[in-house]
Formats: sequence, C-alpha cells, structure tokens
Amino acid sequence: MAKKNKKAELQPAHPLDDLIRTDRIPHIWCQGCGIGTVFSACLIGMKHSGLELNKFAMVSGIGCSGRAAGYVNVDSFHTTHGRAIPFATGLKLANTDLNVIVFSGDGDLFAIGGNHFIHAARRNMDLTVICVNNLTYGMTGGQVAATTPHMARSTTTPSGNPENPFNLPLLAFASGATYVARWTMLHARDLAESIQVALLKKGFSFIEVLSPCPINYGRRNKEKALDTLNMYQEKTIIKNGADPSELDIDFDKGVILGKFIDVDKPTHIENYDKIYRTRE
Amino acid sequence: MEFWRVPFDADEIDVTQGEVHILEDRCKGCGYCIEYCPRQVLEFSSKFNQKGYHPPAVRKPDNCVNCHYCEIICPEFAIYSVETT
Repeated sequence: MAKKNKKAELQPAHPLDDLIRTDRIPHIWCQGCGIGTVFSACLIGMKHSGLELNKFAMVSGIGCSGRAAGYVNVDSFHTTHGRAIPFATGLKLANTDLNVIVFSGDGDLFAIGGNHFIHAARRNMDLTVICVNNLTYGMTGGQVAATTPHMARSTTTPSGNPENPFNLPLLAFASGATYVARWTMLHARDLAESIQVALLKKGFSFIEVLSPCPINYGRRNKEKALDTLNMYQEKTIIKNGADPSELDIDFDKGVILGKFIDVDKPTHIENYDKIYRTRE
Repeated sequence: MEFWRVPFDADEIDVTQGEVHILEDRCKGCGYCIEYCPRQVLEFSSKFNQKGYHPPAVRKPDNCVNCHYCEIICPEFAIYSVETT
C-alpha cells in the first residue's frame, strides 16, 4: 500500500484526473480510437459549464463508447443495448435537478435505439445526447451499421455497402431536437464548447461527433488513424446554421460541421407540470 | 515564430511559455499529439513504456506556448501542459 502511494506521488496529476476513475486508466479503447478524445472533451465541457459536478449523471449504452460510463467519476449508468435514452429519461423525470448526459455510439443510439431517440427528441426531454459516430459496429468486429457510408467495406459488406446511411442531424431536427451540432474529434475545442452550451441548454440537445475506428473500420477501408484525422482536417467545412438536409457524410464532397439548430421550446417536464401538476 | 505577415502588435503580445508533462505509462502511442502540435514540440521516443508502446518525448521544450491542444486531443489522459512562470 505504501509503495502504491509513493508511485501516486511520483506521477503528477492530469487536470481531468478528478473526473475520471484513474484506477481504471488506461481504458480499453484501441490505439488511435477517438472515443477517448470525445470523452475528455465531454469532461472539459462539464467542468467549464459551472454546474455542480455531483448533479451530473452519465448514461451510456452498449458498445465501445458505452464504456465511458465506467470511467467517469460522477454518478453513471451502463445500461442495456439501445436503451440509454429510456433510462436517462427515467432518471431525469425522477430527479429533475440532475443534468443527464447520454454518451453512446451510433449503433446503440440509432440502430437498436433509433425509436427511443426519435421519441425522446419529439417529447423534448431535457437530455444532452452525445453520439460518437465511428461509422461501424466497432466492438463486435466491424459489421455494417446504420451510419456506414455507401460503398464502404465492412465485415458483412466485403465488396462495399449497398445501403445509404442515416443523416443524423436531419433525423434529430425532424424529430424535434432543440440543439443539433456536429463536430469531429479533431475539433476537440469546438466540441468541448458545444457540449458546454448543450449542457446549459434546456431541452433535447444532440451532438454528433465523427471519430475514427482504425481497427475495425479504417483497416478495411485502407485508412490509417492519422489519414482519417487528416481527412477530418482537409475535407470538412464549418458552416453554422446549415440546412440539415445538406448534411450527408460524404468525404468526397466534403462534410459540413457546426451548430445547425438552436431553438427554444418548452420541455416535456414543463408541459407535464403545467397540465397535470398545477398547484393552487 | 515565422509569420507570413508580422502582426502590427507582435512586440506587445506576451507569448506564454508552457511545459509539457507526459504520463508515459498511460500512452498508447497513437501519435496525435506529435502530429497536431502546432509548434512541433514533441517526437516519438525510442524507449518503450510499461505496455510496450513508444510514448512521445519533448524535443523542443522552448517552443511550447501552452496551447493545451495535446492535452485535449490525447485520448488517453496521458499528456498535459502547464504554464511556466
């Protein structure tokens, strides 16, 4: 024990060490995976929002990014596959003081959990949803996902994906989200600011973050992790307030990043209280 | 610092000086901090860490301007910078 303490003294502390469970670090994410960066941007956003840290709860589903709930040093919940948003909705309704963050991946939020996402956005639940979009099912071995681009190779589409992917910001906008943004993990500073704004915003906030999966997506599509990041740098353009229908992910044409929607609407809890919990 | 055009107030601006700290045993050697450091402060070291990866090493410590970009792009919480006084 004494030896362990001595080691802890020798190793200086990272500024985010108070928000992560340092005994579980290094985490399971692969070399070059972007989830760690998105996670740290989320922690920076939480820290800079000025909200009390014991009023946060992080909920995540299944998948690589679902592991984030186990690494954050606030109340967190690792839920069943696709059901992160229903659990988060329950948490928020039971304790309206909590700031609930849903941190999960594209497969969890938009394939098995697609229905929960659109209905939470329709109700305007007061949640912050961060979707780490790595364009594939990374943890299970790189199968084709609802977000895999057309003609991209995966384990289950070895000659190219015949289907078209979701346009996630358009889906969120059409379902009624009040804050919609998209960044890549390379734009970590904008991302942290965006998360901070989304946390302070009332209503359903959705942030899509593009992130490389060098092992299960990049390897099959001849992209090294640094190639993907260079593509994020060269082929993206920041256009705040862009029309959500233009936001398809096609790196040949260029990908639009930015904050697309920021509107105010009464939340589900406010509406419910107004109609069913009126007090004289 | 090389400029394409020297800003008019270049001599009035105090450039901060930073010091990079690397937690070597957390590093998985992705190289993002090395590639995206705007001042090329870092390089791969030839030694191995506990897990068998090559962590970054500080090559030009005087170049660091404490921009914190390595700190926020590192997926492993393995690098950070502090301002030197």
